[in-house]
Amino acid sequence: MNARFEYLLRLGDDALILGQQLGLWTGHGPVLEEDIALTNIGLDQIGQARAWLTMAGRAEHAGRDEDALAFHRNPEEFRCAQLCQQANGHFGDTIARQFLFDAYAVPLHAALTKSSDDEIAAIARKSAKESAYHLRHSRVWMVRLGDGTEESHAKVQESLDRLLPYVGDLFVGDDVAEAAAREGWGVNPATLRDAWESELDDMLAESGLHRPEAVPEQIGGRRGIHTEKLSYLLAEMQVLPRTYPDAQW
Amino acid sequence: MEMDLLQHFDAYVAAEKKIEPKDWMPDAYRKTLVRQISQHAHSEIVGMLPEGNWISRAPSLKRKAILMAKVQDEAGHGLYLYSACETLGVERDDLIADLHSGKAKYSSIFNYPTLTWADMGAIGWLVDGAAIMNQVPLCKCSYGPYARAMVRVCKEESFHQRQGFQIMLTLANGTEEQKAMAQDALNRWWWPSLMMFGPPDDNSPNSAQSMAWNIKRFSNDELRQKFVDLTVPQAELLGLTLPDPDLTWNEETGHYDFGEIDWSEFQRVISGHGPCNKERLETRRNAWDNGAWVREAAQAHAEKRAARRDAAGETAAA
Amino acid sequence: MPPAKPLPLNFSVVDKKHWPLWEIFIRSRQGLSHRHVGSLHAADAEMAVENARDVYTRRQEGASIWVVPADSITASSPDERDLLFDPANDKVYRHPTFYDLPDEVKHM
Repeated sequence: MNARFEYLLRLGDDALILGQQLGLWTGHGPVLEEDIALTNIGLDQIGQARAWLTMAGRAEHAGRDEDALAFHRNPEEFRCAQLCQQANGHFGDTIARQFLFDAYAVPLHAALTKSSDDEIAAIARKSAKESAYHLRHSRVWMVRLGDGTEESHAKVQESLDRLLPYVGDLFVGDDVAEAAAREGWGVNPATLRDAWESELDDMLAESGLHRPEAVPEQIGGRRGIHTEKLSYLLAEMQVLPRTYPDAQW
Repeated sequence: MEMDLLQHFDAYVAAEKKIEPKDWMPDAYRKTLVRQISQHAHSEIVGMLPEGNWISRAPSLKRKAILMAKVQDEAGHGLYLYSACETLGVERDDLIADLHSGKAKYSSIFNYPTLTWADMGAIGWLVDGAAIMNQVPLCKCSYGPYARAMVRVCKEESFHQRQGFQIMLTLANGTEEQKAMAQDALNRWWWPSLMMFGPPDDNSPNSAQSMAWNIKRFSNDELRQKFVDLTVPQAELLGLTLPDPDLTWNEETGHYDFGEIDWSEFQRVISGHGPCNKERLETRRNAWDNGAWVREAAQAHAEKRAARRDAAGETAAA
Repeated sequence: MPPAKPLPLNFSVVDKKHWPLWEIFIRSRQGLSHRHVGSLHAADAEMAVENARDVYTRRQEGASIWVVPADSITASSPDERDLLFDPANDKVYRHPTFYDLPDEVKHM
């Protein structure tokens, strides 16, 4: 097993799938200013995806670049967390998905800036600034929606209830994660859970939302076990390069 | 008194001076501006949809990022323009309500569908090209906030046309299928692009007054001709054929002659019967309606927070 | 131009809740003053700052942002323009070019 390739794919695929989904908001946001904000976050995610996937391609030594990895892999070859695959839904669903992810991305990127690999550390430094901003954005919206009206409170609480079971993938501490930590170029995400929990508690306290009763977590994304949605999402995203395999764009 | 003001105003504007929001202005000038700036803003916002349609299917990650940034710019441009319009004493939400009710117009070009990836190229190259030609003179428009918004818009737009042309160039030099895709897009977007400059000069009722007020600097036909003259050689460079058998270089005038524009199509689309009019408006309305609870929540939270802060302040003071 | 009389517009002003309007000022880099760039809508100041960042600094135009509720700005009235600004017209002695210096004095 090529742990480095696997690990970088996880980073890249999370960002790619979130970026792909956030791009769907462009032109459809609840207010013009927020339309621009969501697209900005989506652009950051696509940018991170490109950096991680390019690096993954090099780690693989099979000559695949960012586009080969993004457009010519089948769903079971993807390594994104199931959380990232959850549908955009309404604005509250997207914000809750983003918050749960950002609260993980911030400590992740912070830890990766200390990577023994200069390139990983450099990408992490850039990403850390972005994810800190994303968290600020998603967190303040969680508070606004949680505290806002009865309707918004109920809606975003429901988003949270539905999405929380899917965070498990983010903290999987398997062989790949252990190798990354042992060899010093990565971090075992299992160690990030405490930071994530306290970020969540902090947000809950301020927004008046509550933690739903604990339910079993859905785990599988890192092993290529996905939700039904992913193959639709990829079919749409990959349609042109798959239809015209010889074409350059 | 009113007469004096009007004469003074006309002379002032004729001297290329700028009008600022709180200055006196004839009612008709204000209304013309509100109509034009809000139409312009609406066009940017509705204009996000045809291109937004391909964000999820952009054929490479680089193209996806470029397209997202471009469509996002259009949201920004809409916002600068609404903001300029609001200096005239109207509220953005009311302008948007007029768009959604069908009362306000927007550029009819956005009522055409984007059927293939090549349409992203054709729109950037032709539609943005035509838009820039219309917009650059507006940077010198007599109304300060509009002129300043347009300076910002034009500065940011310069990459839009280039990215479109680059898509066309890549396709035109690509596989046979890609080249056919590019030609097909050009066939579909050429005539609607020429219509973007508006009706011919002898049938453009508001033009004379707008020219006198320095809101409009060149006539529709002048700009259209300039666009054709610039675009023909670009099409040749791409190795694509413009879908106009009457297109010929006129040695005498130093311009390209081109065929008759089908103004009945223009009228049809403008009056709501283009291929996508209903869909575009419905999409905008849905986005707005589905976002109502979000806007209300943010407002309610801001008010609650302010009230909590006031209460805390009073407690502290007591 | 002379000042505006309050002009009633033929636009319906519906009594509904809008997010308030904020005027945005950006310092493009350290060493320059903040400059007015436009406006936007936001429910609160925090959102106004975030929105301003996304709307007005997408191309690294900013080093610092001020947001001010539009209705908190007190503006000089255009009909006082003469009153406020004409008195400075005849005070040419405030400008360095008012002072003739011998050619030998090159830089002052």
